[in-house]
Amino acid sequence: MNRMPQSVESTQAIAESDAIAVERTLAGDRDAYRILVERHSHNVFRLAYRMTRNRHDAEEVVQEAFLRGYQKLGQFAARSNFGTWVYRIAANYAIDRMRQRQKEEARREAPRMEDQDGMDHDPLSRVKDESPTPERLTQSIELRKQMEQALAALSEAERTAFVMRHWEGCGIEEIAAVLKSSSNATKNTVFRAVQKLRLALQPLVETRAQARAMGTES
Amino acid sequence: MKHITEEQLIAYREGVAEQRTAISEHLAACEECRAELQRIEAVLAALDTLPVPDPGADYGRQLWMKIAPQLTDKPGRWWQAWLEPGRLAAAGAVMALLIAAFLVGRFTKRYTPVDNVASKEQVRERILVVAVGEHLGHSERMLVELSNAAPSDPKQKEVNISAEQHRAEDLLQENRLYRQTAVQDGDAGLASVLDELERVLLDVAHSPDEVTPAQLEAIQKKIETRGILFKVRVVNKELQQRQEAAAPAPAQSDSTKRERNKV
Repeated sequence: MNRMPQSVESTQAIAESDAIAVERTLAGDRDAYRILVERHSHNVFRLAYRMTRNRHDAEEVVQEAFLRGYQKLGQFAARSNFGTWVYRIAANYAIDRMRQRQKEEARREAPRMEDQDGMDHDPLSRVKDESPTPERLTQSIELRKQMEQALAALSEAERTAFVMRHWEGCGIEEIAAVLKSSSNATKNTVFRAVQKLRLALQPLVETRAQARAMGTES
Repeated sequence: MKHITEEQLIAYREGVAEQRTAISEHLAACEECRAELQRIEAVLAALDTLPVPDPGADYGRQLWMKIAPQLTDKPGRWWQAWLEPGRLAAAGAVMALLIAAFLVGRFTKRYTPVDNVASKEQVRERILVVAVGEHLGHSERMLVELSNAAPSDPKQKEVNISAEQHRAEDLLQENRLYRQTAVQDGDAGLASVLDELERVLLDVAHSPDEVTPAQLEAIQKKIETRGILFKVRVVNKELQQRQEAAAPAPAQSDSTKRERNKV
């Protein structure tokens, strides 16, 4: 988990400073919102990129999250942490964007798949079945590609839960709120995500580790 | 020794396990489970190497330059939303109804303890008929507008339904009050229609401000499937007829209630 590590003091100082910026924005000082945008944009971008796996989509998600955040800022007043709040808005919008992207890709992929020979074209099973050669495994870029495919094969909920929990260190309640699900169901979603990733990647990771141990990987 | 399941190990690794101490103790004693955990960690460690592009030190400023021109309206505080004319009027109407119902109860009790029981019910019902009639009219208009909403451009990714959403929020408050009153008055038919309307209003009020055409279609389908518009129209028409009829007798009132219970 690598959400930006911050001391309790600095987290509190940021929250207080955020609260002042929110108050000023609500009082009509639009430029005060700039402080919030500049302070949180990198974190929100990281979340959005990890969810969408696409820089263009991530930038769109960040932009939309801050626009929506501004429009709904009045509803935020009673809440405690602007960073968490805008994070949640971004995660929700990223889910919408992923669904949209998936539909677009399904439309593009469908005719191509029909033309071929009836083989299983699911990216996850391709990772499992291809038994990559040691030569290919020596290239980190190939493993990266397989990891991207394995992540892409997760459902939106699984990817959201995995990104928010494993990479962003969000609490289960926070993730459950984004997924509109219960805590237990969210824990299950995290489990399913890791299980699928493991199923897809463990053979590759182990082969790579063996290659490293034998000194055959660069 | 009973080993730890994969689910428990993943939950432990991700910091969401419930029996953390017990798992830690087991791991300390069980080499097999430790090896299994290491295999999980190896996969996660590989995933951690996936890079995230750096948007650049200037990203926040650039983002601000992009969104600043779009921040035209001043964001309002949550309580300011209640000072909007529409909501204020709705709150006022509800308050007026409450006061009227209270006064009716008070005066009829003080001056005519026995003979005017029927009259008290009549007055209460007339107030309810007028207020609920208006409420159903407003609800019907909102639902019709929502049912007819469509993207202005087929390429449009989202449709803004914030106006309908806010109206649904206002109507929801009134609806709850009228439904409770109808239940207290034993008007099961009206209470049932208001209950169904409340579910639809809840759905709309809890929808996002902007919905995709598919989401909009789902909302419209829900309205259509429940036949709520038809029910609202039927009940509203009946209420209008009752409103037009001068001081209906208690017996008539009961029969109309029974008829409506069939809707």
